[in-house]
Amino acid sequence: MSGPIASGASAPSGPPTGGAVVQPRRGRKYSLLTRRDKTTLALMVGIPTFLCLFFIWFPTIVSVLLSFTNWRGISAITSENFVGIKNYVTLFTTYPFFWPAVAHNLLWLLFLSFIATPIGIFVAVLLDREMRGTRIYQSAFFIPVVLSLAVVGFIWQLMYTSQGFINSVLGTNGRDNTIDWLGNPSLNIWAVLVAASWRHVGYVMVLYLAGLKSVDPTLREAAAIDGANQRQTFIRVVFPVMRPINIVIIVITVIESLRAFDIAYIINRGKNGLELLSILIVNNSLSEASLIGFGTAIAVVLLVISLVPITIFLVRTSRSSAADQI
Amino acid sequence: MADPIETRPVSRRTVLKGVAGVAGLATIPAIIAACGPSGASTAPSAAGSAAASQPAASQPAASAAVGSVSVGSNHSDPGEAKGMEEINAAFTAETGIAVALNKVDHGTFQDQITTYLTGTPDSAYTWFSGFRMKFFADQGLNTAIDDVWAKVKGNYTEGFANSVVGNDGKVYGIPVDYYPWAVFYRKSLFTEKGYTVPKTWDELKALSTKMQADGLTPIAFGDKDGWPAMGTFDILNLRQNGYDFHVNLMAGKEKWTDPKVTTVFQKWAEIVPFHAKDYAGLTWQNAADTLVQKKSGMYLLGLFVSAQFQATNNPADLEDLDFFPFPTLGTQFDAENALDAPIDTWQISSKSPKLQDELDAAKAYMEFWSKGSTQVLMFKNQPGLIPTANDADTSTYSPLQKKAQEIVSKATKITQFLDRDTRSDFAGANGMQSFLQNFLKDPTQDLAAYQKTIQDFWDSLPPLT
Amino acid sequence: MTAVATTTPVAVRRTKRIRWQRVVLHLFLISLAIVWLFPLLWVVYTAFRPYSDTAGPDGYVSIAKTLTLDNFTSAWNGAQLPQKFLNTLIVAVPAVIVTLFVSSMLGFVFSRFSFKLNILLLMLFTAGNLLPPQVIIVPLTKLYLFLPLPKLISDNGVWYDQYFGLIAINIIFQTGFCTFVLSNYMKTLSKELVEAALVDGASVWTIYRKVILPLCRPALAALAVLEFTFIYNDFFWALFLMKSGSKRPVTSGLNDLQGAFFTDNNQLAAAALLVAIPTIVVYLVLSKQFVRGLTLGSAKG
Repeated sequence: MSGPIASGASAPSGPPTGGAVVQPRRGRKYSLLTRRDKTTLALMVGIPTFLCLFFIWFPTIVSVLLSFTNWRGISAITSENFVGIKNYVTLFTTYPFFWPAVAHNLLWLLFLSFIATPIGIFVAVLLDREMRGTRIYQSAFFIPVVLSLAVVGFIWQLMYTSQGFINSVLGTNGRDNTIDWLGNPSLNIWAVLVAASWRHVGYVMVLYLAGLKSVDPTLREAAAIDGANQRQTFIRVVFPVMRPINIVIIVITVIESLRAFDIAYIINRGKNGLELLSILIVNNSLSEASLIGFGTAIAVVLLVISLVPITIFLVRTSRSSAADQI
Repeated sequence: MADPIETRPVSRRTVLKGVAGVAGLATIPAIIAACGPSGASTAPSAAGSAAASQPAASQPAASAAVGSVSVGSNHSDPGEAKGMEEINAAFTAETGIAVALNKVDHGTFQDQITTYLTGTPDSAYTWFSGFRMKFFADQGLNTAIDDVWAKVKGNYTEGFANSVVGNDGKVYGIPVDYYPWAVFYRKSLFTEKGYTVPKTWDELKALSTKMQADGLTPIAFGDKDGWPAMGTFDILNLRQNGYDFHVNLMAGKEKWTDPKVTTVFQKWAEIVPFHAKDYAGLTWQNAADTLVQKKSGMYLLGLFVSAQFQATNNPADLEDLDFFPFPTLGTQFDAENALDAPIDTWQISSKSPKLQDELDAAKAYMEFWSKGSTQVLMFKNQPGLIPTANDADTSTYSPLQKKAQEIVSKATKITQFLDRDTRSDFAGANGMQSFLQNFLKDPTQDLAAYQKTIQDFWDSLPPLT
Repeated sequence: MTAVATTTPVAVRRTKRIRWQRVVLHLFLISLAIVWLFPLLWVVYTAFRPYSDTAGPDGYVSIAKTLTLDNFTSAWNGAQLPQKFLNTLIVAVPAVIVTLFVSSMLGFVFSRFSFKLNILLLMLFTAGNLLPPQVIIVPLTKLYLFLPLPKLISDNGVWYDQYFGLIAINIIFQTGFCTFVLSNYMKTLSKELVEAALVDGASVWTIYRKVILPLCRPALAALAVLEFTFIYNDFFWALFLMKSGSKRPVTSGLNDLQGAFFTDNNQLAAAALLVAIPTIVVYLVLSKQFVRGLTLGSAKG
C-alpha cells in the first residue's frame, strides 16, 4: 500500500491508535474520513442506538415513572393515578410475597455461586488435560446449556413428581411418605435450584476451560519447577491469572440469578415457595390483576438491584476499553 | 383502599323461581323440556376444519351473513377442544361464516385477559359472567348485545338472564354453560368398603378417618394452580356464615379479619390432614385421577371432573361417578343449600381490530351459541358443562347431569366462585391464590396475623376505576 | 501440561501411578457424565413408553414392557408442533441475520474508530442485554399495542402479537451481547488494515463489507450458532408479546401443553424431547462454533 504514510514514517508516533485519525509527517492532524463516510458511520451507529434507546431504555424509564402511579392499563392515565411512593411502601411493608421473592433470588445467587460454579470450575480443571474423550465429557456437561430453561423445567418436573424417578428411588412414592419436591414450599426452591445448577455448571465449565487453555503454559511449568503440586499451582498461579474469566463468570451468575424466571414459571407460575421478583412483576402487571403501577414498582426494585453488577462490569470493561483505545 | 364499586354475585333465587315455579316439584328435565321445543342435537360434521388455524376460506353454504369471525376460546382441554371444533363446523355449515379460532390454554387465557381485551382481542371470546363480566363492561371493553339478547332471551330462565346484565342494564354476554361444585365419589368404592354418604360435618370427618385407615386418601385435592382451594373456602364460608356474609366479604364490605372468617379457617384446618401429602404439587386433573383410580375417596370439585372419568374410555367409570352436596355444618345457613355454580358466557369484545367487519358475524355466533343444540355439542364432549338454554335436549343427560341440574335448582343461593365474585387483582396469582396456599401449608398458624395480611392486601389495592 | 518425564526409576514409578490415576479419573468422569445426563436420558426413556406401561404398580421406574413412538406422534400433532417449529424459524432466522448484521456494524465502529461517545454507547448496548427483560416488559407490551405496523405484515395493525414485533425485540436485545463480542474480536484484527484502506480511498461502508466482514467469518459463524440457540430457547418474550396460540414459537408453546395433556407425563416427555432435539443436534454438529461463540465474549485478555 503506497501513500505518504507507508512510504514515510514507519509508524505513527506513540502507540498505534486503531482510530481513523492519522498523523502525517508534518504533525498536522487530518481525518481520512469523507463526509460520506461520516454519514455512514453516523447511521451505522445512530440507528441501532436509537432503537436500543427506544425499545429498551425508554421502557425502562417508563417503568420507573409508572411505579409512582396506580394505573391499571385500561383507561387513560390521569393525574389522579399518581400515588407517590405508596407502591413501594406497600411492597416493603404489606405485600407478603415480596421479601420471600427477594430471599429466593438471593438464594439463587448463593446457590449458583457457591455450589454450581465451583462444580463447573472443578469439572473444567479435571478436563483441562490431554486425554481421550474430553470432548465427549464436555458435551455431556454442556448439553443442558443448549436446552431452554423451559425444557429444563419440564425435564426436572418429570424427575420430581410423586411417581417420578427421585421419589421412586428413595422409596418415597407411597401415599404416606411421599416427598412433594415441587409442591412443598420448603423444598421446591431447592429442587428448582438443582435444576438451574444442572445447566449452570456446563456454562461455567465451558468458559473456564477456554480460560484455562489460554493460560500461558510456562507459568505452570515454572510453578512445577518450584515444586508446587497441582492444587497449589491452581490456587496460587492459575486462578489469579484467570481474573477476566472469573469476572465474566461472576457477572453471568449474578445476572442469571436476577433473571430467573422460566423454570419456576413452568412449574407453578411462581407461587407457594417459588416466588421470584421477575415472576412477581408479571403476576401483578400482566395478569388478570393488571396492577401495572404496583408491578412496575417491583420492576424498579429489580432494576436497581441489577444495575449494581451491570455497572461494576461495565466500569471494568470501559476501563480496559479505554486502555485499549489510547 | 376500599372497593367503591358495589357488586353482588347474582342470586340464584331467581333460577329457582324460573325453573321450579312452573311445575312445582316436577323434575327439572321435564320443566326444561316443557319450556321450549326440545330439539334433537344437530348432527355435527366430522371435519374439524377451523381448529386452531388462520382464517379458513368461507365454505359455500346457505343463508345470510358471509365472511368470518375471529373467536378466542379457552376450551383447551381435549374434550372441550373437540367440542369447539364440532360447534364451529356446525356454525359454518349453517351460516356460511368461517371461524378463525384462537385456542388458548384455559389458565393462560384467564391470566392474560386484561392484556387480551385491552390489546387486540378476537371479536368473540369466552369469559365469565357476574362480577368479572361487569368489571370489563364498565371499562368499555365489551360490546353490548341487547339486540341479540332480544331474539334469544326466551330461551333462558330469569336466573341466567340476570347473570349477563351489566351494571348499566345492558346485556353483555350469552350464558352457555354452568356446573355445580359438590363432593364427588365413586359409587362402587363406597359400596365396596361399606361407606355411606356423609350429611354432616362430623360424619364427613368420621368417614375420612375410616378411609384413611383403609389406606385411601380421604379427600382428594390438587392446588398447584392455586384456584381449587377457593372452592373449599367458598363452601365453608357459605355454610358457616351464610350467603350474605360471603357476598359482602367478596365485595369488601366485610373484613377478612372478622372472627367469622377465622371460624372458616379453623374448620378447614380440621380436614386438611385428610388431603394427600403432595396436594400442592398436583393439578386438579392429577387429583381427579386419584379419584378415578380409587386411590382417594372424595373430591370437592366442579362437575367438570367428569371429563377425567370420560377420558378413561371406559363407560363404566363415568357411570360410577356420583356426588353429594357438601355436608352441613350445623348452622342456620345450612338451609340455604348454597353452592358455587359458575356460569360461562360468550361475549363480544369492543377493541377487536376486526370488529367493524365482523360485528354481524360475531352476533350471529352469539345467537348460534344461545341455542340448546349448540350447547349440547359441547356438552357431549365435556359432560361437566351443563347447557343453560331451555331448549337443550335433556334426553341425553345422564342421571349424574340431571342430578347436577337438580342441586342447582334446589339451591336458594348460588355463587359464582371466589375468583369470579371478587376483584381480579385480589383473587389472582398475586393475591388470594397465594394467600390460600400460605394457609394450607400451615393450617395451625396464627390465624389473626394471617387474616390481617389478607385484609392489609385488600386495603392496599387501588380503586377499581 | 505436566512436567517432562525423565528416565530415572522414580519417573517410571511415577508414570505407572499417572496411568493408574488416569483410569480412576476416567471412571470418575464417566460416572459423573452419566449422572449428569441422566435426567435427559430419563425423559427419553419415559417418552418411549406408552402410558399404560407406566400406569402400572411399578410406575415409571420399571423395565419397559413395550416401547412405542405413539407419544411422539400424539405430541407432534396434539401440540401442533409443526406449526410451532415453523413459527420458531420465522422468528429466529431473520433475527439472527439482522442481529449479526447490526452488531458487526456496531462492533466495527466501536473497535476501529475512537470518538467521544464510543465507550458510553458500547456500555449502553451491553447493559441493555444484561438487564432482566421483566424490567421492561410492561411498558414494552403497551408500546407494542400502540405502535402501528402496515397491514401487509400485521393482521391487527400493531406490533403486538406479530412475528415482526417478536423478531424486533430479539434483535434489539441480543445486539448488545453480539456487539460486545464482535468489537472485542475486531480489536484483535490488524489495526493497519483499516487505516490503509481508508488511505486508499475506500469508503467506510466498503471497508466494512469487503475487509472486516470476511475477516470476522469465524466469529460470525460462532455467534450465528449461539444466537440461533438463544432465540430458539426464548421463552419470555414470546410468552408475553405473542398472544395467538398458532403463532407461538415452540419453546413458549410448551407452556400451553401442561393443561392440554392432563397427567400424561409420557406425552409431556415426548413433547419436551421434540422441542429439545433441534438445539442438541445443532450443538453436537457445530460444537466448535458454539464454544467459540461463548468464549469469544469472555476471553478478554
